[in-house]
Amino acid sequence: MLSPLVIDTIGSLVAASSPLVFAGIGEVLTERVGVVNLSLDGSILLAAMAGFAVAFVSGSLLAGVAAAMAVGALVALIVAYGSIALGQNQVAVGFVLTLLCADLSSFLGMPFVRIPGPTVPHWPIPGLVDIPVIGRILFNHNAMVYLSYVVIVAAWWFLAHSRPGLQLRAVGERPEAAYARGIDANRLRYVYTAVGGAFVGLAGAAYSLSVKIGWSHGHTSGMGWIALAIVIFGGWSPLRVALGAYLFGALKSLGSILQPTMPHVPTQVFQAAPFALMIVALVLVSGEATEGAARRRLPALLPVRLRRTITGLLRGTPPAGLGKTFQPD
Amino acid sequence: MKAHLAGRRALLALVAIALTFVSSTIILLLAGANPLEAFGHLLTGAFESPRKLGDVAVAAVPLLLCSAGMLVTFAAGLWNIGVEGQMVAGAVAATWAALAVPAPAGVMIPLTIVAGLAGGALWGLLAGVLKTYGHVHEIFAGLGLNFVSMALTNYLIFGPWKPPDGATMSGTDPFPEAAWMPVITGTRASAIPLLLAVVAIAAVYVMLRDTRWGLTLKAIGLNGQAARRMGINDRLHVLVAFAVCGGLAGLAGAVQATAVYHRLIPGISGGYGYLSQLVVLLSGLRAAWVPLVVFFFSVVQVGSPRLELRMQVDSSLGGVLQASLVLFFLLVNGLGRRLERRRE
Amino acid sequence: MKIELRDITKRFGPVVANDGISVTIEGGTIHGLLGENGAGKTTLMKILSGYQSCDAGSIFLDGRAVRLRSPAEAITAGIGMLHQDPLDIPQLSVLDNFMLGREGGWRLRREAARATLRELCARFGFALDPDAIVGALTVGERQQLELVRLLSLGIRAIILDEPTTGISAPQKALLFETLQRLAGEGLTVVFVSHKLDEVGQLCSRATVLRRGRVAGEVRAPFTADELVTLMFDQCLERSPREPACLGAPAVELRDASICTYRIALHDVSISVCAGEVLGLAGLEGSGQSLFLQACAGILPIASGAITVAGREMTRQPYRRYLEAGVAFVPAARLEEGLVSGLTVREHVALLGDGGGPFIRWPHADALAADMIRTYNIVGTPHTAVHELSGGNQQRALLALLPERLNLLLMEHPTRGLDIESADWVWSRLLQRREQGTAIIFTSTDLDELVENSDRIVVFSGGAMSQPVNACDITCEELGHLIGGRRP
Repeated sequence: MLSPLVIDTIGSLVAASSPLVFAGIGEVLTERVGVVNLSLDGSILLAAMAGFAVAFVSGSLLAGVAAAMAVGALVALIVAYGSIALGQNQVAVGFVLTLLCADLSSFLGMPFVRIPGPTVPHWPIPGLVDIPVIGRILFNHNAMVYLSYVVIVAAWWFLAHSRPGLQLRAVGERPEAAYARGIDANRLRYVYTAVGGAFVGLAGAAYSLSVKIGWSHGHTSGMGWIALAIVIFGGWSPLRVALGAYLFGALKSLGSILQPTMPHVPTQVFQAAPFALMIVALVLVSGEATEGAARRRLPALLPVRLRRTITGLLRGTPPAGLGKTFQPD
Repeated sequence: MKAHLAGRRALLALVAIALTFVSSTIILLLAGANPLEAFGHLLTGAFESPRKLGDVAVAAVPLLLCSAGMLVTFAAGLWNIGVEGQMVAGAVAATWAALAVPAPAGVMIPLTIVAGLAGGALWGLLAGVLKTYGHVHEIFAGLGLNFVSMALTNYLIFGPWKPPDGATMSGTDPFPEAAWMPVITGTRASAIPLLLAVVAIAAVYVMLRDTRWGLTLKAIGLNGQAARRMGINDRLHVLVAFAVCGGLAGLAGAVQATAVYHRLIPGISGGYGYLSQLVVLLSGLRAAWVPLVVFFFSVVQVGSPRLELRMQVDSSLGGVLQASLVLFFLLVNGLGRRLERRRE
Repeated sequence: MKIELRDITKRFGPVVANDGISVTIEGGTIHGLLGENGAGKTTLMKILSGYQSCDAGSIFLDGRAVRLRSPAEAITAGIGMLHQDPLDIPQLSVLDNFMLGREGGWRLRREAARATLRELCARFGFALDPDAIVGALTVGERQQLELVRLLSLGIRAIILDEPTTGISAPQKALLFETLQRLAGEGLTVVFVSHKLDEVGQLCSRATVLRRGRVAGEVRAPFTADELVTLMFDQCLERSPREPACLGAPAVELRDASICTYRIALHDVSISVCAGEVLGLAGLEGSGQSLFLQACAGILPIASGAITVAGREMTRQPYRRYLEAGVAFVPAARLEEGLVSGLTVREHVALLGDGGGPFIRWPHADALAADMIRTYNIVGTPHTAVHELSGGNQQRALLALLPERLNLLLMEHPTRGLDIESADWVWSRLLQRREQGTAIIFTSTDLDELVENSDRIVVFSGGAMSQPVNACDITCEELGHLIGGRRP
């Protein structure tokens, strides 16, 4: 049986990964509609700072969260506008914004460095928390973490089973076909980039108000880049991306867990391992070889439905319209 | 016609500069600081003493080297975000040479330079191979490798290369004197790196303008398929471009280790790799403009610490100024092009 | 629904794609729209289906004037278009594609849509799996899906753009049967094609376009001959030419097969000699491009063998073909032949002969200026190639070719060129012929084929005919061969 220490560790892992879940799913929405928001690392920082600052000054957590989401949405909209309306390279604008928002967060956040501030209160769900093992892992946290569960399910449902979600997917894959069906591709791109950006902002708030309370320079330590990577690794699907977020969180924490058992392995191997694994995973996922091979080698005896689900799970290609602009005649 | 175009470009540049100052002023006011005083420190801090001017040169060296390298990869249509990691790889290689090979200065200096070039080139090549054969986008290959390189540095600093009295965040033991780049008296700047940097940017300028290889890269970047039809082996050239850019970045990292810090420290690349991307974007991908932009960015880099000392304002304002200038430049340019299309 | 187009005019820069076209299409009929490439059919149908706006003219549906500003508005008005490459989303499932664009609430009612889809498919005998990914379907099946989707949206007129390219024979039969049924039920069908036999088979009426204008209209029953006469201009007597001085075979194919997703060429055997001009005739997409690309080394030969200038070239990489003296000039000049963004002198420098790593700009400039003068290119060495007009781009492409070639392959050498440029291009090409270069070219201009070729082959549905001597054939006969009539 799993010891209480292990259970609690896994639980804290789940909680610590919630910002990454928000960021990853937000970026999934943005990229599925065809826009790359490279500014994640910077906008998470800025949103985290803004969220904490506003919550501290106003005393209201909700205001802080709202401010963080607004910041995330605003930055994402700059990327969208710069690319759709002004025809600039999405990657260039996103990259510049990464640096700008990071520096802005350091600059404006100075008065708030290492000040204790409001925290999302701990709220174990009565009843559910008593379920053996799972209860303590999943339901012994705060509202933010529970929100991350909701977001995973909601995003999955939205993309797979709702009409607006279908339209979103269509715009991301082939905007001219969406246009032919009366969908305003560019308008949807703006909308979902902003929505995705809002979730990215939420990630920032989740970090500074729930996971690593407070603010300091470079507070979120590279989370944005990791989020971008898990979107690819997770094949642009909310469920896989969430899995990737938890996996990544686990890998980071695993370092401190496994270290005592493997004293001869240097710490930095654990530090670097997630990124090295990310590259390996990306090679596997980006290579056309893998997807094609999977499709060919799966025995034809497997029922068609199952075969399709498996190849769907292995999907590694980005939305076909990602990064391309669309102008109707 | 050409004059009209130049005039329009100048106007757009001025608008971008104006917007930058306006937005920075607003941000400063938000932080409760005096804008004029802040700009004053940022822009004049670099000129208050010969030592400070030397610091401008120190900051300019990695910027020039990395920007020169990035121009090469950008010409081929590649976005080599991995420059940061390539700098680190070069620094690591140079550190190895400095610590492991006892030799007089006459041999050490060139050895560290070659080591830096080789280390960075290798790291760049890795990103290139991931792209051409692994189909991993160079942004993610670059980013992943950046993080791996930093972890590698930490491992070396806290492991095999730790100082005998114990590992700290200050890095390795200082290099033997023979590996220290000679400084210009009264400053912290070294002549050799500066010379190398100037030669690098000049060489890249000439290369892109006047050599067959430069033109080949441009063709690959503009229309890979047509280039292939002409018989150009685009894969090979892409790999070489990554190696060249990595080499120059590696040299920058080696210089940071041997001339500035005289040791390997965590974060030896100091964000210069990312900053050089801003430089290249602001220069409109043209080598001729890079020195001017590098000078401006270096001045701001040197002036920023003063903000913390004199005004209790975070030095990251310098970064804000640099990044917002590039952002406004991109946006204003886009706006200008859009207005022109409307007019047609 | 009765459709009436009156005086439709549309210009793209200096090119007049549609010049005062008026067509009336009666409701519940299948109306054919014919014309060679560039005649204006696609533009006209894009205007009718809401993808383009016209510069002048008006559209009347059942006597009511309408403005169609977008494809969605056209569908609301009752007109749907089935594109040659169906405008669906290959990454989504059949069912999702079917549901996309329909009205409805937030929730996707998959079960209801599934039932509707099944019902419609059953009605027409289509076998579509709702959960299949569209990208894995054949072209014919994608068409069926699009057809069923448009019908479910309540359209009363449908435009089909070259629907039979790339679908199997049974799918074609099913399609025709479906169209006839639908027309019988009152749907108006516009059948855009250049396959004369199919138009004759299906349509009760046909309008022929030529050079942006209506060349004529025919009513059933009509023959392929009548259509041919309307589609192709009268051509002149072929000017006498010296017989070709033929040398060793420049390129030889033996039982070669070339396959792509859309079309395959099977068991092709032919030998083209040095100094010979071979014209490839046929309707668009019949296999000529495949042949040309295989000779260039761009497409691999799936089976069989190919030799160039006596060298075995099967399965050799592209650069070996370049070394063997083969050059390919594509029809997509700016996308595949030239590097958009570079100037003329930069192209000269790029392709220039050795001379070390440094470019000698004065030398390149002189070469470029020379080239511009000799080839009459309107531009300077500093002009960017994307700023040159189409005709000048073609001249530039020709000018950049190596001096001596064993085999020159040209895709539509005079497409988009005015008469003077076209004549000039052929004078240069014939010069090369005299030097001993073998030339193979594709064209849809019968005049050009008969006038300049030594031999002509006709491609039809992936099969190549036996070569015919150009001096033994007239334009009209060639037109009939292309139209499908056996000689």
